[in-house]
Formats: sequence, C-alpha cells, structure tokens
Amino acid sequence: MIDVAPEQQDLKQATIAEAIADLKMRFPGAVSDDTREGYSGVIVDKAKLLDVARYIHDALGFDYLSSATAVDYLGEGVHSSDHIEMVYHAYRTSGGGALVFKTQTDREACEVPSLTPIWKGADFQEREAWDLYGVRFTGHPNLRRILLWEGFHGFPMRKDWKEAYYESDHKPFESRWPAGHVHRSEEKTIFGHNVVYPADIDLSRLSDVSDASIYADFGLGVDAQRVGGSEGIATDQIMVNMGPHHPSTHGVFRMLMKLDGETVTSLEPIMGYLHRNHEKIGERNTFLQNIPFTDRLDYISSMGNNHGYVLAVEQLLARGAKWNPPTYRTEVLRVLMVELTRIVNHLWAIGFWLNDLGAFFTPVLYFIQERERILDFFETVAGSRMMCNYMRFGGVFADLPDRMRSVANLLNDRVRDYDTMQFLTEMINERIPRTIDELDEYLTTNDIVQVRSKGVGYLSREDAINYSTAGPLLRGSGVAYDIRRADPYSIYPELDFDVAVEYSGDMYARYMVRLKEMRESVRILKQILPRLEYTKGESVTSDFAYSGKVPVGEAYGRVENGKGELGFYVVAAGDKKQVANPWRYHVRAPSFINLTPLGVMSRGAKVADVVAILGSIDIVLGETDR
Amino acid sequence: MTGSGFIKGMLLTLRHFIQTYLDDLRYGFKKYSPAVDNFNERQGTRAEGAFTVQYPEEKLAMPERFRFIPFLVVEDYDHPDRPGKDWCTSCGICAKVCPPQCIWIVRSNDPATGRPVPEPEAFFIDIDICMNCGFCAEYCPFDAIKMDHDYELASYDRTTNHIFDKPKLSKELKYWKTIAPTRAVAEAQARGGWDHKDAQKEARRGPKKAEEVAPTAPSAATREEVRARKAEADAPKPAPAPTAVAEAPKSASNTAEGAKPWTESEDEKEKRKAAALARKAARAAKRGE
Ligand code: SF4
Ligand code: SF4
Repeated sequence: MIDVAPEQQDLKQATIAEAIADLKMRFPGAVSDDTREGYSGVIVDKAKLLDVARYIHDALGFDYLSSATAVDYLGEGVHSSDHIEMVYHAYRTSGGGALVFKTQTDREACEVPSLTPIWKGADFQEREAWDLYGVRFTGHPNLRRILLWEGFHGFPMRKDWKEAYYESDHKPFESRWPAGHVHRSEEKTIFGHNVVYPADIDLSRLSDVSDASIYADFGLGVDAQRVGGSEGIATDQIMVNMGPHHPSTHGVFRMLMKLDGETVTSLEPIMGYLHRNHEKIGERNTFLQNIPFTDRLDYISSMGNNHGYVLAVEQLLARGAKWNPPTYRTEVLRVLMVELTRIVNHLWAIGFWLNDLGAFFTPVLYFIQERERILDFFETVAGSRMMCNYMRFGGVFADLPDRMRSVANLLNDRVRDYDTMQFLTEMINERIPRTIDELDEYLTTNDIVQVRSKGVGYLSREDAINYSTAGPLLRGSGVAYDIRRADPYSIYPELDFDVAVEYSGDMYARYMVRLKEMRESVRILKQILPRLEYTKGESVTSDFAYSGKVPVGEAYGRVENGKGELGFYVVAAGDKKQVANPWRYHVRAPSFINLTPLGVMSRGAKVADVVAILGSIDIVLGETDR
Repeated sequence: MTGSGFIKGMLLTLRHFIQTYLDDLRYGFKKYSPAVDNFNERQGTRAEGAFTVQYPEEKLAMPERFRFIPFLVVEDYDHPDRPGKDWCTSCGICAKVCPPQCIWIVRSNDPATGRPVPEPEAFFIDIDICMNCGFCAEYCPFDAIKMDHDYELASYDRTTNHIFDKPKLSKELKYWKTIAPTRAVAEAQARGGWDHKDAQKEARRGPKKAEEVAPTAPSAATREEVRARKAEADAPKPAPAPTAVAEAPKSASNTAEGAKPWTESEDEKEKRKAAALARKAARAAKRGE
C-alpha cells in the first residue's frame, strides 16, 4: 500500500500480535487467523504466500526461519476438509517468540510456492517435505528427494501410507495382550516381497537415479572433464565421493565433490542412509512412548532431546489437562542435566574436530575421559549412559540418589561408591573447569590449529541467519542468538550467564564459541549446585499416567541443544478433546539444517579442509537422517 | 612466538604421559592388581593418569538404576508358601506402555469359570527390539518386572535365542534385592511389606476367603515345574550374587539385609502406616486443589 520504509524500524520491534495485525491489514483476504482449537498464528492463502513471506522477512524483521514442515490432515474430525498444510515458524534474531504462518493445499495437486528465494534455510526442509509428503515446491532450485532414494514409492509421512510391517495406526498394538502369542514381524512379511517400486524407475541400473543428474556431465566412474585452468593450463575436473563409508564423515554420510585439483569447486551433501522415519514412528507412538525415541536422535546429548520434547508436550498439557506442572526442583534437575550434556557435546565435538584436523585421538581421549565421569553420573541417576530417557511430562524419572553406588553382580565386578553431591561439586568446581582450561591451553594458541582453521569454512553473518543455521555455527558468525536468552524456557531467565559469540565466521570461531560456551555452562552449573541443596525433598515425579492423554492443539517446543536449536513441532488432533497419540510429531534437527550451507562453506576449500569444515559444524547422523 | 603454542600443547601431552607413570608409582606398579583396593579412587573425581578399566579382568559394577533387558520377579524358590510364584498378574500395562511393543503376554484363564487368572500363561520379550527404556518397570503396578544388570548376553543366533520366554525371564525376588538394595527396600516400604501386594491383601482378608483363593492359585505341579526348570537354568551359571559380593569387600553393605533390614517390628509398622496415611492425605489435597 504505502511506502513501508519510515515505519520499518518500528515494525521490526513490534510484538507478534502487532505483526499479525499488520499482516492482516496489509493483505486483506489472504491472511486469516488460525481459529482451530489450540492452534496459533495465521493461515495464508497460498497464492499470496510468497508476498506475505517477503513482507514478514523484509518489513516485519523475521529474518530467521526456524522450521518449515508439512502436516497431512486426512480424514480427521475437526478439520473441514482433507488437506496438506505447510507450517512455518519464523523468528527475529533479536529475540522473541515465533510468528507461525501456515498455508494449505490440496492433497492431490499439492503445490506450494517455495520460500527458498527468501530464506535459503528452507532448502533442505522443503526437500524433506517433498520427500516425505509429496509437496511440490514451485521455484525450488533443486527439488529432489533428500532422505529417501528415488526408487522409493510413495510419500511415507502421508497418513494413508503404510509401512512394510504395518500393524495398526497407533500403539499399543492389540496383538500383544491378552493373547500375545509372539512372532517376529519379519517372518510374516518377508523383506523383498513387499516392496513396491515407482513405475518409472529402471531397476537394471541398480543405482540411485538422482545420481544420474549429478553425474550428468561426467558419466559414472572416474571420467574427468577438461576445463581451462586459471593460468591457461588445462586441468581436469573430477567428481569424488567422500562417504558414505568414510571415517571423516562422522557416520554414514556422503559428500559429492567436484574437484579442480585439490580445490573443491562444488559440494553436495547426500544423506538419509540412517533414515528410519522417526517421525512416522512418533505418530504411531503414544506421547509418552516418544521420550525414549528422542534419545536416539542426537545420541550424544539425549538429555537435551528429552528436554525439547517434554517442553513441547507440556505446552499442550498446560492447555487444560489435569496435570502437575514441573516443580522448581524438576527444572533445576533438568538444567543440571542439560548443561552437563552441553559440556559433553562440546568436548566430543572439539575432540573429533581435532581428529579431522589430523591430531589423531590424543586430544579426543583426554576429553572423553571427562565425558566418562559425566556419563557415570547420568548412569547412576537415569539408568543409562547415553539413552538417558530421563525426563517426563511435568517431572523427571527420579531424583538424584544419595550415593552414586554400584552393586556387584557379574563376575569381576568392581564397585564404586561416592556421595552424589560431593561428586557433582567436585566435578563442577574442579574437574570440569580444569579440563576446559587444559583444552584451552592445549589448542587455542596451537599454531597448527590456528593455521588450519582461521579463515577456513567461512560463513558470513547474513548467510548464517538466512540459511537457518543454529548453535555454534550461527554464533561463530557473529549472531548472538541463543534460545536460552532469545526465547527463554525453564529457569534460564534467573541464571547468570553470557551468550558466547565470535565474529570471524570461520572454523576457529566455532571452536572458540564451543570453548566459551562450556565455561558458561560451568558458570550455570555452579549456580545450580546451591539450588539443588535448598530444593532437596521437593517432589520431582511426573503424574502422567501410562495411558495419559493430551489436549488437542499444536505446540512448538525448542531448546538450545549443543548442536543448535532443537525443535519439536507436535500436533494433537482428533474428534475428542484429548488424544493419546500425536497427529504430527516433527523434529527440527539442527544437524540436518546446519548442513544446508555446507556447500557454500566448502567452495574453494581444499579436500582436507572439507573434512574439518564438516567437523566444525558438528553433526550426528542419528539426528540428521532421523 | 611462532611455535610456542604448539610447544605448550606438546608439554601438556608430556604431562599426561608422565602422570600415567607417576600414578603407577603411587600404587607401587600394582595399579591393576586385584589385591590393591583402589578402584574407587581410580574411577573417582580425583583420579589422575590412565582411567582404563581392564575388562574382563575387572568390570564396572552397575549402579542400582542401571537398566538392561527386563526380568520378571518371582517369589523366592525357597519361599515357604509360594515358591516360584509369578509376581506378574498379567494386567498388560507393561505391554501397553512398551514403546517398541516388544512385550507379548498370554493371559491365563481359569478353565472352570473362564475368568482371567492373575498369572500369565506365557510372557515373551523380544530382546532384539527392546530399547532398554525401563518404562515397563516404571509403570508396572505390582513391582513384577524389573530392569536387569546382566549385560553380557551376546549369542550366536539371533533368530532363535533372542525371544526370551517366561522361564528365561524369571528371577527370584532375592536377586532384585541384591542388585538394587535401596530400591527394593523403598518399594517394599511402599507396598507395605516384602510380599506381593495381592498376597498381603489375601493375608489381611484372613482365612475366610482361603478356600476361594485356593483353586485359582496355580497347581502345585506347575509350581514344581517352574522350580525344576529354574534350578536347571541356574545350575551351570555360578550364582552371581553371593560370590560377587564376597569378592568385593566394600559392597557388603549393599545387600538388602546388610543395608536396611526390613523388620516387621511393631513400631516400624506404625511408622509406615502413618507415612502411608500422610501420603494419602497429601495426594487427596493435591487432587482437591
Ligand atoms: S505391568 Fe507388571 S503385572 Fe502387569 S503384565 Fe506387566 S509385569 Fe505383569
Ligand atoms: S525396557 Fe522398554 S522397550 Fe524394553 S521391554 Fe521394557 S518397556 Fe519395552
């Protein structure tokens, strides 16, 4: 309508409600409130989506697209008609809550304009929505399957798609009790006889058809392409696959690189080798059953995963269920666990990054030694070192035991016995800070580390935001965006800590962010210790029953995990007021989205640097592929 | 100065290297000898040098809450009244709460009346699928399924060995008392005694109902069978609890009897009753608000 420039400054400060009001005023008819029970945000007419999104980004200042995902509403009571819905969560990097906007499309045609021209961070997320839901994004530069291969038939996240061992839509399965005559599901549907391929796939090639387009100029094999070198010398360009089975990729992950000599001219990450359709499993599960499954996402920091998920479901519960919200001690325990996890995560990340740089296993073992102590603590409290499954809705599994005592059972078992609080105090006040200092002394000024990492893997501030990167990757590029401060949860507002930030945008900056962040975590933990003392005796258990139900609605719970923003978009829908299973369970995985700018960061780098650049992003394939 | 950072780093590596030997010296070069009782120190917060555990000559004992594949609690085999009786009432809660749905239960019915009998006819856990989450143990209302500590379960054939049936899953209550002494006591306190909830109820109900109860109880033959099977299963394996406890001198206090004996003395009973009433009142108050 009118020129936006003069009021822009104000608009960028406006609250979410003001922003929505402005949107509705600016786009009458195209933007309407989402009035479904328990839903928030606006529904945008898909014909106007691009304009609205541009306005949200440019004028309203929501420069960070945290999550973009699809939901399939099929044959489900509350909603008037079957449709697929794209849900976007946009934030301002200056802090504050989400502007949630959605657009709906027909299930058959299923076409939505791509938002990649506005937020490049939508790239992988839209490819995922195409892959799993079959949403066609017009204007997407590279709309290919991302987690599945081209020979996969159908869109598995759609409600009418059934897995090979399909038993029923929801757990618990009827066949388990009271007449639970056991059988192995693979015996009933023998693998290979239940596979359907798409009509247009040529199985005789037995290769990923998507590869054909990648190799288009090259053919398969080691064919080289002649190009004119910069100094008039003709050089050969070759394609090199690094991975999926390669020690430097931290798991089964593949990087397809076009090389000009030693220099990478383009790089494409290829993933999905560990894909298990976590989200479909999540929809079959009850709300409670999803907690241990979240452990398996980023298995280095399962406590953080638990936290993100319970926060999302607690938002739903708070909307009218009969439940007891977490007590103060519960929150204290959660923060204790999550901060220890952050230290574990960063020790691991830095250690393995050093491996990638060529300092093979000496540094990482020094750090793992400390990690072991923390895992011992997790094991005593939660029952498992890595798959902690510790948090519950409104509580945690159990309070700290008085003593960290083990019990001899097997032959040659050696018993340990420590006072829990003393162990924690010594760890937090002495051992962990000492390790961090040692790490600092060991690496920060190390000439080789500096030479290898300064100026390498550069990501500009603008790109970091636009690509929706999160965690140390974002903060290493000079964006002081930490969800614990920007959109606080739990008891973080009352805790004293600084957001670690570095400005050079290279690998060294990411390393420094992790180092500083561990120090900040120790600072938080030191504040947690007295809180643990004076909340002693407060109840921490959850009263959520094994068959507990959750009020309908949507929720997005996000936490600052070691690897970046971990978000859970959970929808409870149905014709009842409360439901037992999530209608939609989406994981906004930092390891996945942080890979979006890998190609940009690697362009012009040497092959050996690419390995380290990947290490500096810090991914876990369990979370990337889900 | 160029290289100074590098040298600083190398010095640190050297420090670690020397530290390992200093540590050996401290223990008179017998750091890993079973005769030296230093495990607690070596694995503690003050430990220096190498932190290796010499598996399998020495193993990290598991903390009480450690969870591995679940087992079913049965009454002790030398129990005077109910030897080997399943604690499980086949209520099905664990099968319903199990996230990967790896618990299969066949509920038994009374042949005469057709009514369900509170004892499972069959109980299976597919341990390939079990994710060791511990939910079954957490939500079982009868303390009848517990997480085990025995993680050495490797076998050569997954297709035949990895579905555990009831005889394989069953372990005595005694075993649970050994691997989780404090928890076992706490649970018994919550139940009101070492006995199974239903057994306690029956005892309270007194002899009037005794005849009624008798027919529904499992036949003596079944019990004998279970007992025999169990004895067979246990025979080749060295009974882990007593030997291991004897070996580890520090864990003497870990046995249930050693730590907090469950005594049925009158005033303790009173205390328990008072505590239970207080809990009940607190719960009622919570619900009221
Ligand atoms: S929950 Fe407990 S009592 Fe019920 S079936 Fe499972 S093991 Fe048996
Ligand atoms: S531990 Fe978890 S996965 Fe295993 S049987 Fe129990 S509930 Fe199922």
